[in-house]
Amino acid sequence: MSQTIIEALEEKREEARIGGGPKRIDAQHAKGKLTARERIDVLLDEGSFEEYDMYKTHRCTDFGMAGQQISGDGVVTGWGTINGRPVYLYSQDFTVFGGSLSEAHAEKICKIMDLAMQNGVPVIGLNDSGGARIQEGVASLAGYSEVFWRNAQASGAIPQISMIMGPCAGGAVYSPAMTDFIFMVEDSSYMFVTGPDVVKTVTNEIVTAEELGGASTHTKKSSVADGSYTDDIEALLDLRRFFGFLPQSASEKPPKMETPDPWDRQEMSLDTIVPENPNQPYDMKEVIVKIADEGEFFEIQKDHAGNILVGFIRINGETVGIVANQPLVLAGALDINASRKGARFVRFCDAFNIPILTLEDVPGFMPGTAQEYGGIIKHGAKLLFAYAQATVPLVTVITRKAYGGAYCVMAPKHLRADVNYAWPSAEIAVMGAKGATEILHRADLDDEDKIAQHTKDYEERFANPFIAAQRGFVDEVIRPHNTRARIARSFELLKKKHVFQPFKRHDNIPL
Amino acid sequence: MIKKILVANRGEIVCRVFKTAKKMGIATVAVYSDADKQALHVRMADEAVHIGPPAAAESYLLIDKIIAACKETGADAVHPGYGFLSERAEFCEALAKEGITFVGPPPKAIEAMGDKITSKKIADEADVSTVPGHMGLIDDAEHAVKISTEIGYPVMIKASAGGGGKGMRIAWTDDEAREGFARSKSEAASSFGDDRIFIEKFVVEPRHIEIQVLADQHGNCVYLNERECSIQRRNQKVIEEAPSPFLDEAMRQAMGAQSVALAQAVGYTSAGTVEFIVDKDRNFYFLEMNTRLQVEHPVTELITGIDLVEQMIRVASGETLAIKQSDIGINGWAMESRLYAEDPYRNFLPSIGRLTRYRPPAEGKTGDMIVRNDTGVFEGGEISMFYDPMIAKLCTWGPDRITAINAMEDALDGFEVEGIGHNLPFLSAVMAHPKFRNGDMTTAFIAEEYPEGFQGVDPDAETARVIKIAALIAERRKFERIEKRPAAFHRSLQRTESRVVRVDRQNNDAILTVEASGYRVAIDGGEYEVASGYRVGDSIIDLVIDSQSYRLKIDRVVGGYRIRARGADKTLQVLVPRIAELADLMPEKLPPDTSNLLLCPMPGLVVSLNVSEGDTVEEGQALAVIEAMKMENVLRAEKQAVISKVPVEVGESLAVDQVIMEFET
Repeated sequence: MSQTIIEALEEKREEARIGGGPKRIDAQHAKGKLTARERIDVLLDEGSFEEYDMYKTHRCTDFGMAGQQISGDGVVTGWGTINGRPVYLYSQDFTVFGGSLSEAHAEKICKIMDLAMQNGVPVIGLNDSGGARIQEGVASLAGYSEVFWRNAQASGAIPQISMIMGPCAGGAVYSPAMTDFIFMVEDSSYMFVTGPDVVKTVTNEIVTAEELGGASTHTKKSSVADGSYTDDIEALLDLRRFFGFLPQSASEKPPKMETPDPWDRQEMSLDTIVPENPNQPYDMKEVIVKIADEGEFFEIQKDHAGNILVGFIRINGETVGIVANQPLVLAGALDINASRKGARFVRFCDAFNIPILTLEDVPGFMPGTAQEYGGIIKHGAKLLFAYAQATVPLVTVITRKAYGGAYCVMAPKHLRADVNYAWPSAEIAVMGAKGATEILHRADLDDEDKIAQHTKDYEERFANPFIAAQRGFVDEVIRPHNTRARIARSFELLKKKHVFQPFKRHDNIPL
Repeated sequence: MIKKILVANRGEIVCRVFKTAKKMGIATVAVYSDADKQALHVRMADEAVHIGPPAAAESYLLIDKIIAACKETGADAVHPGYGFLSERAEFCEALAKEGITFVGPPPKAIEAMGDKITSKKIADEADVSTVPGHMGLIDDAEHAVKISTEIGYPVMIKASAGGGGKGMRIAWTDDEAREGFARSKSEAASSFGDDRIFIEKFVVEPRHIEIQVLADQHGNCVYLNERECSIQRRNQKVIEEAPSPFLDEAMRQAMGAQSVALAQAVGYTSAGTVEFIVDKDRNFYFLEMNTRLQVEHPVTELITGIDLVEQMIRVASGETLAIKQSDIGINGWAMESRLYAEDPYRNFLPSIGRLTRYRPPAEGKTGDMIVRNDTGVFEGGEISMFYDPMIAKLCTWGPDRITAINAMEDALDGFEVEGIGHNLPFLSAVMAHPKFRNGDMTTAFIAEEYPEGFQGVDPDAETARVIKIAALIAERRKFERIEKRPAAFHRSLQRTESRVVRVDRQNNDAILTVEASGYRVAIDGGEYEVASGYRVGDSIIDLVIDSQSYRLKIDRVVGGYRIRARGADKTLQVLVPRIAELADLMPEKLPPDTSNLLLCPMPGLVVSLNVSEGDTVEEGQALAVIEAMKMENVLRAEKQAVISKVPVEVGESLAVDQVIMEFET
């Protein structure tokens, strides 16, 4: 008797595992994509996956669906571990009804999200779905909204990560859009609200799916996605690495990674990285990599708004979020895109107990009609707001320029950053010497020699960190080669930082 | 004795001279241009004097500035290094006028050897073997045939004002001599505005071998054996060695004796080098004499144990040579690799910028091998556009030639340079080349063995296996670290694990077993005992595989590792068998086809665009001019094509590989 049940169980499992059948699996492979279950094999520790709702099916009877039931209903859900740490996940199965979302499919996702919230465990979604199950009509839409509501509830409570590995169109995009990070696979994934056909009908634009919503579009132009990978395997293996930087939930700290890299390692080459000529750029990424444990930097949105760099490193084994101006791009000036990119990253770190290291070399906000019409005031305010309300440990290093309003934004002491360091090359001023001179000495504008002298005087007075240090706005002027050690000591000391916050329903960030 | 020495140069040679000066208790003075404020030679000096803007013509080549620097610091001697003012007689004279000692030969000797025709005449008179040829100019084609017959074919017909191969012809017969004369003459007229023509013996399978001499002011002169410098690229020496694998003792003595005779004929003092060209039948002919310390002098020092800079200083101070010819022997073998900031994958295009990483291998003696690295750079320093792109001279010594070559291969594997393009992989490739290892080379070695340029190294079976083992060990170490972390659900790493090393889309099965003293790895059909001190994050992975030591460069890349060794550069993944199986399903993504694009070969500025959309261009036609490093580079059409798009504008700054033009397909 029990033997029969066991046989039946194995049979049912086998049936579920085959999903849409060998033909559809071959078609999936032919597109360069792995199946939902293969992806789980790559992402999770070997043998750690426990599947839920394997036998669940849809309940739709319209349009001949009654006869077409496939175990699992187009999504594989459950939990497993990544390097020993638990994670809930769902993986949409394109071989089953094109991965389309039915009411039952949505229920499966909601179940693991509820468990994740209850247990303080992150959620990873592997998206590969044709969209709503049209046969189910509003039941399918209801399913989406149930997922969306949970995304919003989970936001800031547990990390949510989306990996787009196939189509993700229409309403489906809004679940990933509400998660913390979106990654995409190049050439085989796309995301858009309306597809090329509708676009053509409505706006007469002719565009391919790849151009409209491929990985390149979303990592470079729209900034919807945070990164992209050449194929499924690379994407999933790197997701394992990324997961290691994040905590399990808002009430935990990220895991420590013991490192052989000495916390007080000196990097003599940083003493020569800032060029003598203040208009000459240098690569801030080199500073980040040389400060980081083992030179490892997981960059977020590396192809978008290159004038600001954000991402994760570890210092003495602990995760640290980096926000850094990049002098190589637009001289590191803050514009709309850079402000939004920085602001969202600061908010993520603050939500998840990740201390923030700010590396500052910023000549100011980007001027121009494009910026003003685009609302740089409101977007710049996002970064300002994010820093001002952050309560995680904040350490700032001014490597060179800290000019004007941008100085006020980039985690200065006045926004309650805990420690502000300055390199000897730091210049903290309202603006660059030339601009300041032209305003202060308008009367001498026609006299080149006088202006040159005024500029020189201004440089001598302000092109150094000491004016700010005199007032206590800079805690200490440090030698660049000691930066790592200084930061490591500061963050260690700030581990128990606790900030009392006023009662509020929630803040009102200028969205 | 000299008390304070100024080195009128920059970079590694200054550091080299300072080392000896410090050893001898002589104070040191550096000079520097704006571009060299932070340079190593300045940091090493007791005193440093700023002498002007970056361009050499406005700093390092200004005699007045150097003399002023001597006066300012009280330097009583100047070592000129090589290049710059080192072979300028008027510099010596100017120093002499101020009573400052010049550490080098007398101006007369410099002058005599500085002129090609004069030096050849003096050499002839001193019974030094010179390339048979006609000293005078050739009148007409028949005269050319007559001279050629006298010299004996093959001959080389050359423009008197020539250079860079222009106006040069090789003739093996009378007819070719006639035709070559006419062609050379007209080419010379159009290229140089000077149609004077010479003829000399064409040396077949030439090797470049030179003799180091050392003379004092008291008539003593010795030779310190030879160096072979046949591995050259466009007349730029790349690899040098001492002694030469081609010479026997009789020939060495003959060349040495002639070199000493030449030095004495011109009243030479100090260290100098007599360059010879040697043909396949071991005939040697005088080329020229370099009246200075050579770049490649360290190989001579390594086999003779003589500090050439010290000898130069002693001679300049008036001391008598303490070394007799009979004291000088050959001890072992020495190799020198010139590490240049030139990208071998881009036809050796100079690469400038910041050395984000510069970690040379450890210097000194290990076992029966010596590593020596002469350099003027440091990590965080800059390779500037203004000067020679040499980063370092890496030398190795061993009791015999193959040991020295093997030591060089190891040293190159341990040399870390990042931030700029460099020729390390190319140097490794030459060290592994069977012809080079056999000593079978001519000055055409690079042109003949790498006719299409350098395409990278395909590792031999051993290197390929070591690279795979390195990736396996690195991945294992990564997991051993994670395993140590407290977590609820760790599945302990197995003592024996199956892994697949995936490289170039090939899966290689491997089994790794943990043993008391390291690992046992089964791969490529063999089993190997492996030990390693590698820690996660290290940029070098040291391995001992079956008691053989290896050193590889390792970087993490997305999903795997990039490993470099012996000039090979591989990206690998270490996967569990299940994932490796799935990896085979992934499509191969080839880099985009760029054959219908004109790409910018280096970062630079668009000076001009010579064609526009819709134009048909012929092979060799100039398409655009890009200015980079103050040099204008003309980009030409590789084949006939129609321009379909020009997405850039004049004045635009371009990045490497940015599209300048698209061609119709």
